[in-house]
Amino acid sequence: MIRLVRLAALGASLLLAGPAMAQTTLLNVSYDPTRELYKAYNTAFAAHWKAETGEDIVLRQSHGGSGAQARAVIDGLDADVVTLALEADIDAIASKTGKIPADWRKRLPNLSAPYTSTIVFLVRKGNPKGIKDWGDLIKDGVEVITPNPKTSGGARWNYLAAWAYAEQQSGGDEAKTKEFVGTLFKHVPVLDTGARGSTTTFVQRGIGDVLLAWENEAFLALEELGPDQFEIVVPSLSIKAEPPVALVDGNVDQKGTRKVAEAYLEYLYSKDGQTIAAKNFYRPSKPELADPEDLKRFPDVKLVTIDDPLFGGWAKTQPAHFGDGGIFDQIYKPAN
Amino acid sequence: MVLDPSLQAGRDRPRKHLRAATTEAPAVRWTLIAIGLLFLAVFLLLPLAAVFYEALRGGVAAYAEAITDPDAMAAIRLTLLIAAISVPCNLVFGLAAAWAVAKFEFKGKSLLVTLIDLPFSVSPVISGLVYILLFGSQSLLGPWLARHGIGIVFAVPGIVLATIFVTFPFIARELIPLMQEQGTGEEEAAISLGASGWKTFLLVTLPNVKWGLLYGVLLCNARAMGEFGAVSVISGHIRGVTNTMPLHVEILYNEYAFSAAFAVASLLALLALLTLVLKTALEWRFADNIVAARGH
Repeated sequence: MIRLVRLAALGASLLLAGPAMAQTTLLNVSYDPTRELYKAYNTAFAAHWKAETGEDIVLRQSHGGSGAQARAVIDGLDADVVTLALEADIDAIASKTGKIPADWRKRLPNLSAPYTSTIVFLVRKGNPKGIKDWGDLIKDGVEVITPNPKTSGGARWNYLAAWAYAEQQSGGDEAKTKEFVGTLFKHVPVLDTGARGSTTTFVQRGIGDVLLAWENEAFLALEELGPDQFEIVVPSLSIKAEPPVALVDGNVDQKGTRKVAEAYLEYLYSKDGQTIAAKNFYRPSKPELADPEDLKRFPDVKLVTIDDPLFGGWAKTQPAHFGDGGIFDQIYKPAN
Repeated sequence: MVLDPSLQAGRDRPRKHLRAATTEAPAVRWTLIAIGLLFLAVFLLLPLAAVFYEALRGGVAAYAEAITDPDAMAAIRLTLLIAAISVPCNLVFGLAAAWAVAKFEFKGKSLLVTLIDLPFSVSPVISGLVYILLFGSQSLLGPWLARHGIGIVFAVPGIVLATIFVTFPFIARELIPLMQEQGTGEEEAAISLGASGWKTFLLVTLPNVKWGLLYGVLLCNARAMGEFGAVSVISGHIRGVTNTMPLHVEILYNEYAFSAAFAVASLLALLALLTLVLKTALEWRFADNIVAARGH
């Protein structure tokens, strides 16, 4: 028995030796659809850092629903930087742990959003249900796929874009707006927890007629799974989604990685960073730095923003719409 | 086991009569067997075949590439490490608990048995979550752990803890009925002949339960390598660091890397099959010993 324990200990130390010997590592805790973006960006940044300083650096990624990822950082996940879907999620880390200062949005250009995106529709090839705008989503027999706004950042943008459209259509009548959004969610047969889950539901499992998706997610699905199966429909009105990034001061100071972590975020705004963002279907915040060919792919959409008077920023919108007992809870009754 | 004399008498009765009393018509028998086999094929063999088919659809080179990818290798290493730590822990605990429960009478015994069963009745997600509530940075212990640079949640120790919790009952549950059935007669004989407690355990109790123990270890190992829920909650999903094989399969699947996902999944399935083959081979090779051990 003692021999067995020794053997296990030896095996354990051998197995552990791998990661323990690594050099400076940086952990980027991100949300669901940015996997491909940061895979490309990390390679570019590692090369850039090596050229600048001669140091090798290991970049680690963790992905999941934006809210769940923020929760993990609050519970102690050792993130050097967070790149999440919503300002509210980073605010939650700031207020619950104090590891990020409250004014974090002002520390980087464009309110800490190096790229933006919007919400579009992904429909099956030939658009058999003739879906052109938000109003078509509540027609009889149309099934809509979106993740759950309670758990998914992307889903909150979906919901708010629908809200903005209904508000505009009804001329500011809140009861009618609520009714439209409520009806829309009655057309949702499956409410996944994250954006990528909804995409697989729609694309792989073949459920639903239209997927409300991040523009980058919709383009990626087209690219990965074939333009012969799906097409993108751009609604008359959508929302400008600004996924923000932030340094987790409390963690980088403990690990001594502040310098490289700051450089990592700043490099997102460089020519390389902006080009990679555009290549991965995110709208660069400095389009003049990106490849014009990539920019041509983005359709013109009339965009509202979260800071418009209609919503009044995340600090107001989050509790009013998505808090416990908020408007989403009032209008959403799961369809049987 | 001594057979009941009346049963033995029954054996001498004419064969035909016996069959008529205890078996069904051939049509019924074959239907039942066919249903059983069909069930097995649809729910077990078909999915298994599908996993291997999907894994190899991109060709052997793509398969090898998916498995030798650094993140996949790290996931494989981590999974083996987790099993290498949690199975011996549960082996020691399971043996000790089963021995205590089966061979001794003490206060709180039924409470202990209930506690052993707890991980079976609790959802694995909760099993992961309790450790976050216990050791996470928002917990009471969190700040102290952080000050001393001890990482438990979102690191290997947390994954080990969650795995041990989930696989906790497998060995004990396998051994308790076996040990109870065997009774304490042999141990009493050994002790009355002057053997010490430790010697009795090593030379009498342990050899008697070794097959049950082996079976428990194999089950425990299979679950330790395959656990998803509890590990998912506590892992933090850091690629190449805290991603186990089941988590890696999910990540690959969500990245549209379907054949790579199935390649890693097939590796997990292979490990499970290997476990089964090992168990069957051992049972076959030592069939006599097993019957002897069970037939006390």
